[in-house]
Amino acid sequence: MAFEPDVAERLERDAKEIIARYPRPRSALLPLLHLVQAEEGHVSKDGVDFCATQLGITPAQVEGVVTFYTMYKQRPVGEYHVGVCINTLCAVMGGDQIWAELSEYLGGDQSEPTPDGKVSIERIECNAACDYAPVMTVNWEFFDNMTPEKARRLVDDLRAGKTVAPTRGADSVCGWRQASRILAGFPDGRANEGVQAGPESLCGLRLADERGWTAPEAGR
Amino acid sequence: MGALTPILTRSWDRADSFTLDAYTDRGGYRALRTALGMDPDAIVTAVKDSGLRGRGGAGFPTGMKWGFIPQGDTKPHYLVVNADESEPGTCKDVPLMMADPHLLIEGSIITAYAIRSHVAFIYVRGEVLHVVRRLQQAVAEAYEAGYLGANILDSGFDLELVVHCGAGAYICGEETALLDSLEGYRGQPRLKPPFPAIAGLYGGPTVINNVESIASVPSIIENGADWFAGMGTEKSKGFGIFSLSGHVTRPGQYEAPLGITLRELLDMAGDVRAGHELKFWTPGGSSTPLLTSEHLDVPLDFESVSAAGSLLGTRALQIFDETTCVIRAVLRWSEFYAHESCGKCTPCREGTYWYKLMLARLEKGNGTEEDLDTLLDLSDNIMGRSFCALGDGATAPVTSSIQHFRDEYIQHFTSGGCPFDPAASTLWAG
Repeated sequence: MAFEPDVAERLERDAKEIIARYPRPRSALLPLLHLVQAEEGHVSKDGVDFCATQLGITPAQVEGVVTFYTMYKQRPVGEYHVGVCINTLCAVMGGDQIWAELSEYLGGDQSEPTPDGKVSIERIECNAACDYAPVMTVNWEFFDNMTPEKARRLVDDLRAGKTVAPTRGADSVCGWRQASRILAGFPDGRANEGVQAGPESLCGLRLADERGWTAPEAGR
Repeated sequence: MGALTPILTRSWDRADSFTLDAYTDRGGYRALRTALGMDPDAIVTAVKDSGLRGRGGAGFPTGMKWGFIPQGDTKPHYLVVNADESEPGTCKDVPLMMADPHLLIEGSIITAYAIRSHVAFIYVRGEVLHVVRRLQQAVAEAYEAGYLGANILDSGFDLELVVHCGAGAYICGEETALLDSLEGYRGQPRLKPPFPAIAGLYGGPTVINNVESIASVPSIIENGADWFAGMGTEKSKGFGIFSLSGHVTRPGQYEAPLGITLRELLDMAGDVRAGHELKFWTPGGSSTPLLTSEHLDVPLDFESVSAAGSLLGTRALQIFDETTCVIRAVLRWSEFYAHESCGKCTPCREGTYWYKLMLARLEKGNGTEEDLDTLLDLSDNIMGRSFCALGDGATAPVTSSIQHFRDEYIQHFTSGGCPFDPAASTLWAG
């Protein structure tokens, strides 16, 4: 079953805009997949067919790309998709314990969202925030220096519909579909929200200022 | 000059550092004006003279890479910024783009002008949503202000810059896999040669540079090649961001001339956490062989770290104290490489799979010393025989841990289990 005509028409407009950014249409495939994921929450057969049609390639060619990249979900995830970094450094700093306690706390099958559809969890690899370990993410926003207690409170708040603010990110986490739409290249106007840098990012700069250390002056 | 030299990180403490206003307030886009008044070849020469070497891990001279782009040809040239920061331990480009996206954009415009490219891409990993927002906004601001688009600052130079989000694949940090991904395919590496400078994106001459490399360019144009070359060591010139993480009192980003030592950095970061001592560390991410407390005084430059048996990599200094089981650490990295192996070549695909199975068994104490020889033999069959550096990188933690911690492996076998308590390593264990 294809998308409803009004949905298809809207998505086609977005798709044209995406394709126009690139010298060659096929380069638009990754953002197009983020776009259909924004529409349905995951990449469905309809989404695959839509992308194939837009680019004049086969659904099999699209599937081959979908299955390569972990951010494309072939089954529904929660409105808030929660990542726990279990790469070595975060794991050692407590990510393993966070994952163990959080998955037990939520119960059920870890590959499925909670029954209310609010939260799903995933073991993620290094997310480039190691100085804030252990790190978690919600819809790809950073939650730094986590503990098992903070992790439980985080999912409780998400399931209760409370406003949840990332450590370094927008003032509140947006939904999974909205996040996917941003990744497709459609900004949500929230870039000015949140801090410019967390305290760990500023450690060296603060120390240099305290001690009067600077870069050399230009000689010319 | 201080022990730390904030240049790339200089503006990060201003609350609105990521905005165009804040950037121009402190002289942003001044280097671009200078550059647009220069001959493009003179910019390439300046970057060559500065001695800047790629900050994405490999350390290839940046200006030389630019110089490989054929000039006077008819094919379009491309600039691709590798913002797919994913090497375990590496966490410098993400805070840079979050706090100061315009620095990267200014560097990108100057680089594109130097290599005569009119289309550039920032390939940013998708899992950093707020960084994507900041990049998108900064690019929009730059277009609005006339720094991007047609006839930039009335120079006659045109440039389109596209922010392109990845979708979760470590291998796309490998430059040719990144190109396949950017062309809309599975991210698998290409055979080299031809190198991207000759046949890169869409078969055209392409420069691919790391975020920090590109972000260093405006300061070189602004202050001169000699200024840059005046920092660092003889063959590893300039400055870089050193990222300390793990069992250290004040983990974070420390920008310093290349050649600083871990001892000096640990001193600044309040040492290994109280009551503990350094056991092992990575100088530049998980793909760089582990070092130990014997290597505290190794200058962190390309040559010295190589001479010590490792690699400078991305200056991702992951610090592990004596509570950490080295086999657990290596198992987890091996699981990572197995998960991220693209599957194109057999040594990496199968080798990382066997690493994972063997190390899981060894961690539980179900092994013999002969297994260590098997692991080393397996490593010999991956290292240098894989299609790209992912396979080589996967061998680094395995071989270096056996080199430095053979006794700890054997202790697991003789005691029939892991003697370490993971709870003692956590952030909250103190």
